[in-house]
Amino acid sequence: MGQTLAEKLISWHAGRPVKAGDFVLARVDWMLMQDGTGPLTVRQFQALRKDALALPERTHVFLDHAAPSPRRELSNDHVFLREFCRATGAVLHEVGEGVCHQIMAERYISPGDLMVGADSHTCTGGGFCAFSTGMGSTDIAVAMALGKTWFLVPESIRVILRGKMMPGVTAKDIILSLIGSLGADGANYRALEFGGEGVASLGMESRLTVANMAVEAGAKCGLFPSDDATRAYLETLGRGASFRAITPDEEADFGQEVEIDLGALAPQVACPHAVDNVFPVDGKEVRGLEIQQVVIGTCTNGRVSDFRQAAEILRGRHRHPCTRLLVVPASRRVLRVLMSEGLLDIFLAAEATLVTPGCGPCVGVHAGALGDGERCLSTQNRNFKGRMGNPRGEIYLASPLTAAASAVAGKIVDPREYL
Amino acid sequence: MKLEGRAWVFGDGISTDQITPGRYFHLRSNLKELAKHVLEDAREDFAMGVRPGDIVVGGWNFGQGSSREHAPTVIKLAGVQAVVARSVARIFYRNCINIGLPVVMCDTSGIREGDTLSIDLEAGILKDVTRGFEVPFPPLPAVMTRILREGGLVAHVRKYGDFSLED
Repeated sequence: MGQTLAEKLISWHAGRPVKAGDFVLARVDWMLMQDGTGPLTVRQFQALRKDALALPERTHVFLDHAAPSPRRELSNDHVFLREFCRATGAVLHEVGEGVCHQIMAERYISPGDLMVGADSHTCTGGGFCAFSTGMGSTDIAVAMALGKTWFLVPESIRVILRGKMMPGVTAKDIILSLIGSLGADGANYRALEFGGEGVASLGMESRLTVANMAVEAGAKCGLFPSDDATRAYLETLGRGASFRAITPDEEADFGQEVEIDLGALAPQVACPHAVDNVFPVDGKEVRGLEIQQVVIGTCTNGRVSDFRQAAEILRGRHRHPCTRLLVVPASRRVLRVLMSEGLLDIFLAAEATLVTPGCGPCVGVHAGALGDGERCLSTQNRNFKGRMGNPRGEIYLASPLTAAASAVAGKIVDPREYL
Repeated sequence: MKLEGRAWVFGDGISTDQITPGRYFHLRSNLKELAKHVLEDAREDFAMGVRPGDIVVGGWNFGQGSSREHAPTVIKLAGVQAVVARSVARIFYRNCINIGLPVVMCDTSGIREGDTLSIDLEAGILKDVTRGFEVPFPPLPAVMTRILREGGLVAHVRKYGDFSLED
């Protein structure tokens, strides 16, 4: 019997062959928490009364959600987490380094790994063909103490990508379209596995965008095979040695198959207050809606290729006078590339505001909370009511191209008209 | 385990952002204060009106979104003794079990605000006492029943020093 990627990756960490539906205890390679979930995770760890972390150098703590801290309670949470790292040897990532998922992608996670994180978008690691999933603070605390966790091995939905995207269409449009058709709980408890000849045309940063939003369809993870694109990306990160090729078995048993014709895809927009409330950008539901704030960045679309795309549109153009434009690099490394490639100049000339590498305004803590009745178009992954600090604000989700074009127009527009 | 309580009815897709909004991020190390805002962006009258023993009733995909365990934790701190929904998002579901908050997935469409519900977790039966109907539900996976019965995952690991979930 062949195995899906999910079955394969979990088998390697359970030390025995497993299949969908099995209960397993699995060894973990990486654990993460951030400043929103971290203090509770640490308190739960302390409540376990274990003396030490099982794998201190593989336990990562990120200050990214409220960074730099906007108020003293959060500053005190940061102090608490720093002290925990000092006392236990857990690895601290300071304010300004970047979003947890991006740092794990740049420096640590490799094909075949298993990661659990106290952050739902830990599924980003699936872009590397790592079994990588979000859990709550107690689960992560126990993984930190024992070096393992339990799983019910998920069934997988195979998402077959056909053809190639047209200009103006990017990875964000693939995943928004998929979530729109599956629904916000269409993959609940299951894994998404991407396959088909269209996968080869997606670079790693595109795959990370897609994997990042797997959880918005309810999925436990979103897995890509590990192939030449994976190898090339690891090499640019100076981690070529950690490459290994991984594909699902030919005769693997997928519970469900979905096909996406990439060539037929238009830019997509998710409307308030649900990620599966998706329409094409040229549809009457969204086209022409005035926008007061545009956000380009975050763990979903804050990587170099995302900003290169945004810069294609913003070069020589200005934001609309009634539309704020926030640029949030996913990491300090990304910010340095924006500087060295001259992209930052393009954004500043367009009168963009640069936000510290990290989560930016996505979580509603700082750096761009919405006013009553304001509309925001963001490249982030969630548009739930209240998400950006105000339940009377509205959040639309789209690609960096759509966001950049809409910042120029002051309203939601089709980026294909700006290329 | 048998429970009885009064229903508070919520709609579909209640997210963790509605349960514990980001604008109260700074209260996450002060759960008692955070609990005063529980479910505020779904229903403003809930936090003030909830009484110990009440039951939260949702539609599809209750608890979708973030991994924040603060969401089920403040629901429990507010005195709620169980969450019942048509479906429950994966991480939220696991978090409920880990913190010892019973969670049931069944057809909730007939339940109305204020109904008295009785739930038999082992038998897998929810009864709407007010309206006189019963809805069966599949029992929790064995692993989860075990964690729940032992008062949550921290209590479990403290008792055995490790996972002791396999029969």
